[in-house]
Amino acid sequence: MDIYRSHVLVCGGTGCSSSGSATLIERFNEKLAENNLEKEVKVIRTGCFGLCEAGPVVIVYPDGTFYSRVKPENVDEIVTEHLLKGRKVEHLVYTDHATREQNAEKALEDITFYKHQHRIALRNCGVIDPENIDEYLAMDGYRALEKALTSMTREQVIDEILKSGLRGRGGGGFPTGLKWKFTYNSQSDQKYVACNADEGDPGAFMDRSILEGDPHAIIEAMAIAGYAIGASEGYIYVRAEYPIAVKRLTVAINQAREYGLLGKDIFGTGFNFDLFIRLGAGAFVCGEETALMHSIEGKRGEPTTRPPFPAVKGLFAKPTMLNNVETYANVAQIILHGADWYASMGTEKSKGTKVFALGGKINNTGLVEVPMGTTLRTIIYDIGGGIPNGKKFKAVQTGGPSGGCLPESLLDTPVDYDNLIAAGSMMGSGGMIVMDEDNCMVDIARFYLDFICDESCGKCTPCRIGTKRMLEILNRIVNGKGKEGDIEKLEELAQTIKSTALCGLGQTAPNPVISTLRFFRDEYEAHIRDKKCPAHHCQALLQYVITDKCRGCTACARVCPAQAISGEVKKQHHIDPDKCLKCGACMEKCRFGAIVKI
Amino acid sequence: MNEKEKYAELEQLIQNHKSQPGALMPVLQGAQAIFGCVPEDVQKIIADGLGVTLSEVYGVATFYAQFSLRPKGEYLISVCLGTACYVKGSQKVLDKLSEELHIPVGGTTDDGKFTLEATRCLGACGLAPVMTINGEVYGRLTPDAVPGILAKYQTA
Repeated sequence: MDIYRSHVLVCGGTGCSSSGSATLIERFNEKLAENNLEKEVKVIRTGCFGLCEAGPVVIVYPDGTFYSRVKPENVDEIVTEHLLKGRKVEHLVYTDHATREQNAEKALEDITFYKHQHRIALRNCGVIDPENIDEYLAMDGYRALEKALTSMTREQVIDEILKSGLRGRGGGGFPTGLKWKFTYNSQSDQKYVACNADEGDPGAFMDRSILEGDPHAIIEAMAIAGYAIGASEGYIYVRAEYPIAVKRLTVAINQAREYGLLGKDIFGTGFNFDLFIRLGAGAFVCGEETALMHSIEGKRGEPTTRPPFPAVKGLFAKPTMLNNVETYANVAQIILHGADWYASMGTEKSKGTKVFALGGKINNTGLVEVPMGTTLRTIIYDIGGGIPNGKKFKAVQTGGPSGGCLPESLLDTPVDYDNLIAAGSMMGSGGMIVMDEDNCMVDIARFYLDFICDESCGKCTPCRIGTKRMLEILNRIVNGKGKEGDIEKLEELAQTIKSTALCGLGQTAPNPVISTLRFFRDEYEAHIRDKKCPAHHCQALLQYVITDKCRGCTACARVCPAQAISGEVKKQHHIDPDKCLKCGACMEKCRFGAIVKI
Repeated sequence: MNEKEKYAELEQLIQNHKSQPGALMPVLQGAQAIFGCVPEDVQKIIADGLGVTLSEVYGVATFYAQFSLRPKGEYLISVCLGTACYVKGSQKVLDKLSEELHIPVGGTTDDGKFTLEATRCLGACGLAPVMTINGEVYGRLTPDAVPGILAKYQTA
């Protein structure tokens, strides 16, 4: 093996790839060659580091210098200064949001964003080259599979998972070990394990990052699951919208086959197991387990009633055990370090860690993994760095379209499955979207209902028609045509849909409305009764006015597409509300902050 | 690839998947890639080739957002309406594109150059709001940036 004196890790996750990390890698390799350093320094494309906000991200080892928002033109400087002369390029070093300090000597794990984190599911993301199985092997890869196959019975494996307290990370929170046990108990000539990688919750991207950054972890876990329940085949159902994840998974499966870690007689134990990839085709409902299996079977992804549960009759009518990507990402570590180790983290009923995708109005957008029971405040303010532009926090949305919006008064809630449900939201897949004072909560509820209406498969009436009626009412409210009684109608529809829809998608569809009505009812009332949007977001309910700060520079009048602004030069101008299109062009143009929304 | 070659490739695709369980999805995905859409005659060939009814093929083809029955424009513009992008104003970017291109969301320009789509979360939430044009990602967008980006493709 070649020994290098320095390694340059460049993030190749979707976020950093989108901001040009592939160009950086090319440029590094060119520059290293020019300086005859190619035998001394190795460039590695890793998976996601999690701090997408700072992308593209480059880390130089052995020092661990963390460079952020690196542009191709910065590469020359890093090579000639840092790699050739050993002088860190201070101005490119990441600035810590919390301490405002740009410290090149600071170790990665001491940066505020990483300090509170504990990475188990993400342990290899941003650390290894996901397309190189040897790097995974060097990080204890496939040792858990070896341990399970050579020194544990199938029952012991299931018992270990049960004792660890691991619960489904896809949203439902069902005990993973129980799922394994049920499928183990089913008698059949053929059983399947399946992986739900159809990550559809808008704003959640941890599954994608794990697949992109550590695909072998999923393969290993599925093989362990196959051994435990008695399955020889597995399917990974992954979104077609994740091309990098699909590619790396394909590469990883082929490498595992080459190394004999998939296929016949694995570790000489007579255990056979192989994996196949199936691509989704853009249907949110396929995240529901029965719908997902119908889709793998080549049918319309419509859910069916349970029972029979997949553990009894699933894919191709055989017993099937389906887990989500993040759930699998914990399995090998549990087998390797034991259930007690895993259960020592987290809260009483939610063990281990959870990955959250932080997004929206927050400084550090990205992926974070924290022990269950960490408070929302720690996640949003300490790790996430708080709200940008000095704005005020209004709500955090968790759980995607099935979840809810939580207000500031609940920020000290320790996050686990049960606490979030008690607070009127849910864990979901771990999306966490932060909203500030400019976001209208009625409009957010409307946004989610719009999503659900679009994605409803149409099979059952409550979901197909009920959510449509709810959306119509919400559209009416944000357009200033809300009527007395609308809130009550929304509540009635919500309860009916919740109790009668066929699958999880429909049953949880009203949650965004229920939770915003619970915590932000005053915003609904302001829209309906006073015809005002308190966040000044809903166009139909706001008015642009020019205050006495106006200097009469005429810039606004010139930019107005509707000639709605009049006034003499050097005197206060006026907007004709009947002509105003509410496009906001004038407000953007005004240099004196004289135009406000009321 | 001319038309004849496309149909030959479709036949090959069907043969490759015929024996595998749940073949319809991968075949439709392949056909969508070859033809850019799955029109009725392609659906008929798939139905015959896999031994399923045309209604079943049509049912699957119309269920999933990835399949389209009509060809899309030369450049496919997908604006992310995932939550993270939405709260950061991607709707305004979408509206601006619609205005500049004079087409509704889901529409294709008369010259067949652009198709405008709203898409679900692309998973690039760190760059919100985000859109892609034929897979090329544009992040941290504002409505003002739209005309400049479009100009690059209009002259291309």
